[in-house]
Amino acid sequence: MGRTLAEKVWDAHVVRRAEGEPDLLYIDLHLVHEVTSPQAFEGLRLAGRPVRRPDLTLATEDHNVPTVDIRGPIADQVSRLQVETLRTNCAEFGVRLFPMGDREQGIVHVVGPQLGITQPGMTIVCGDSHTSTHGAFGALAFGIGTSEVEHVLATQTLPLKPFKTMAITVEGELPQGVSAKDIILAVIARIGTGGGQGYVLEYRGSAIRALSMEARMTVANMSIEAGARAGMIAPDRTTFDYIQGRPHAPQGADWDAAVEYWSSLVTDDDAVFDAEVYLDAATLTPFVTWGTNPGQGLPLSERVPDPAAIADDNARIAAERALEYMGLDAGTPLRDIRVDTVFLGSCTNGRIEDLRVAADILRGRRIDPGLRMLVVPGSMRVKEQAEAEGLDRVFVDAGAEWRSAGCSMCLGMNPDQLAPGERSASTSNRNFEGRQGKGGRTHLVSPAVAAATALRGTLSSPADLDPAPVPA
Amino acid sequence: MEAFSSHTGVGIPLRRSNVDTDQIIPAVYLKRITRTGFEDGLFAAWRGDPTFVLNQPAFQGGSVLVAGPDFGTGSSREHAVWALMDYGIRVVISPRFADIFRGNSAKGGLLAAQVDEDGVELLWKLLENNPGLELTVDLAAQTVTAGAHVLFFDVDPYVRWRLLEGLDDISLTLRHADRIDEFEAARPRFLPVTTAV
Repeated sequence: MGRTLAEKVWDAHVVRRAEGEPDLLYIDLHLVHEVTSPQAFEGLRLAGRPVRRPDLTLATEDHNVPTVDIRGPIADQVSRLQVETLRTNCAEFGVRLFPMGDREQGIVHVVGPQLGITQPGMTIVCGDSHTSTHGAFGALAFGIGTSEVEHVLATQTLPLKPFKTMAITVEGELPQGVSAKDIILAVIARIGTGGGQGYVLEYRGSAIRALSMEARMTVANMSIEAGARAGMIAPDRTTFDYIQGRPHAPQGADWDAAVEYWSSLVTDDDAVFDAEVYLDAATLTPFVTWGTNPGQGLPLSERVPDPAAIADDNARIAAERALEYMGLDAGTPLRDIRVDTVFLGSCTNGRIEDLRVAADILRGRRIDPGLRMLVVPGSMRVKEQAEAEGLDRVFVDAGAEWRSAGCSMCLGMNPDQLAPGERSASTSNRNFEGRQGKGGRTHLVSPAVAAATALRGTLSSPADLDPAPVPA
Repeated sequence: MEAFSSHTGVGIPLRRSNVDTDQIIPAVYLKRITRTGFEDGLFAAWRGDPTFVLNQPAFQGGSVLVAGPDFGTGSSREHAVWALMDYGIRVVISPRFADIFRGNSAKGGLLAAQVDEDGVELLWKLLENNPGLELTVDLAAQTVTAGAHVLFFDVDPYVRWRLLEGLDDISLTLRHADRIDEFEAARPRFLPVTTAV
């Protein structure tokens, strides 16, 4: 019987298989950041163990870093200690680190791909659930906990039980103004936040193949929001073109050998998925969340749902709580919801294409005076590129704040937070209670919806603007 | 890691589904570099509410948390497991756990026991009607005993074995260091390294 893409990559990394035990899987790349690693390094130190493969390990500072004044020491003492601990650990164990101020610094899931170090067929882990992002390249990439971080540092392997596989097929052409973010929000609303538990998702179909590499990363990034640890997309010419020429891409004969191998990384025609979901791209529209988990989303044209109409007890109670927390009334058109803050950034939507989409909408206009807009590039390279294209001027002229790279308001570990009761339209990945700041209220949106919302002050798509902007 | 065989303690009914790890411990509490001391962050946003179950006198000192489906979704933070354990929780019962959370629990010695939705509903009712009721969780038998009721729970057999034996994963893996060496020697040469180019 044929194998799926996920099964091929899994099988190629089995170091040891024994009856009744998890497979021992080799890890090709281990990405590290300051939040989930200190206790792992401490564990190594206590046991007197080295990092087995520092040359397959890469660290960056992202979660805690301020996005203004990045040169000085971090004002928050606890954040500063965590970042300094990473520096000490990387120096002691010989791990390459991109510290604040480094040209290569940025969000861990933006840094790997832009260096060309994220490649098809690899196993990639990081103590961060959005490691699924790298699956866009046809890598098997997933988040791990700190004990697993220590395990990988010590052994370069992980004991894992095989996943089940789920095909998410999106066929057809996306309508104008509908993006990768809308695809994945629609997928999560369809299968729920637990729908992918135990599965590796494989995104397939003509609408997925038509996506750029960066858009594919947006889709794969939020696999975890559907409960799946990993989401994959078969590598193709788009993938190879993106990687070729990047600093860590294979070269010469190695490149040819790599491409030959990568080309075999497709699900066989006779392979069988454990579950299948189908979406028609032509029916998708700009999607936003109204609640406090990423599955609580609807097309922007809809209204806040009425919990009383939800049959399932748990879902109804969750919806009631969500509306109370979000300060929303059932029946309110989503387009009438006024926001205080727009956040453009994160490992979901902080890459150059995301910034371009938003800048095209904002160019020559001013954001609503009643709100603030933060634009936080995913990496210093993205920042550099955006500035070379003049996008920073577009944002600043529109009244937005242009910041340095980091996770920023996606999770508010740095000073970029929502105040209690403050409402955001955010291109990030989680609308959990308090995620962006205690008492903060989050609506997840695409970069295009974020920009249009910043201009109108209420949740909006570019089609709501007058006159509608012409796509570049 | 400490071995886990059976545990008896006050059950805490947490009538919520989708308890994500940002609720279990918000990101602002993740800045510490130690492995303990996270109990003050546990359910931080809810602890200010006097009606929240952990604030009710009957459930003080409780150690078996009974929650709705999709417990532990979201962020990979193992701090969620540490916060629960630092607070004194030894067992979480839910109809469905997020994959990363379940893995983290197993590493930390927290038992994530999967009981079906009807069973959780029964436990909620028993605990709400008899606040302070103790539950006995027997890992070898895979049962939860609540008064006269005995419920079966699911747990991965390998995780069960490791918890019963109190074995640490890294030592287990390092028994196969020769296999890792062999695998490494055969990796394709086009694979990237992270050292500066």
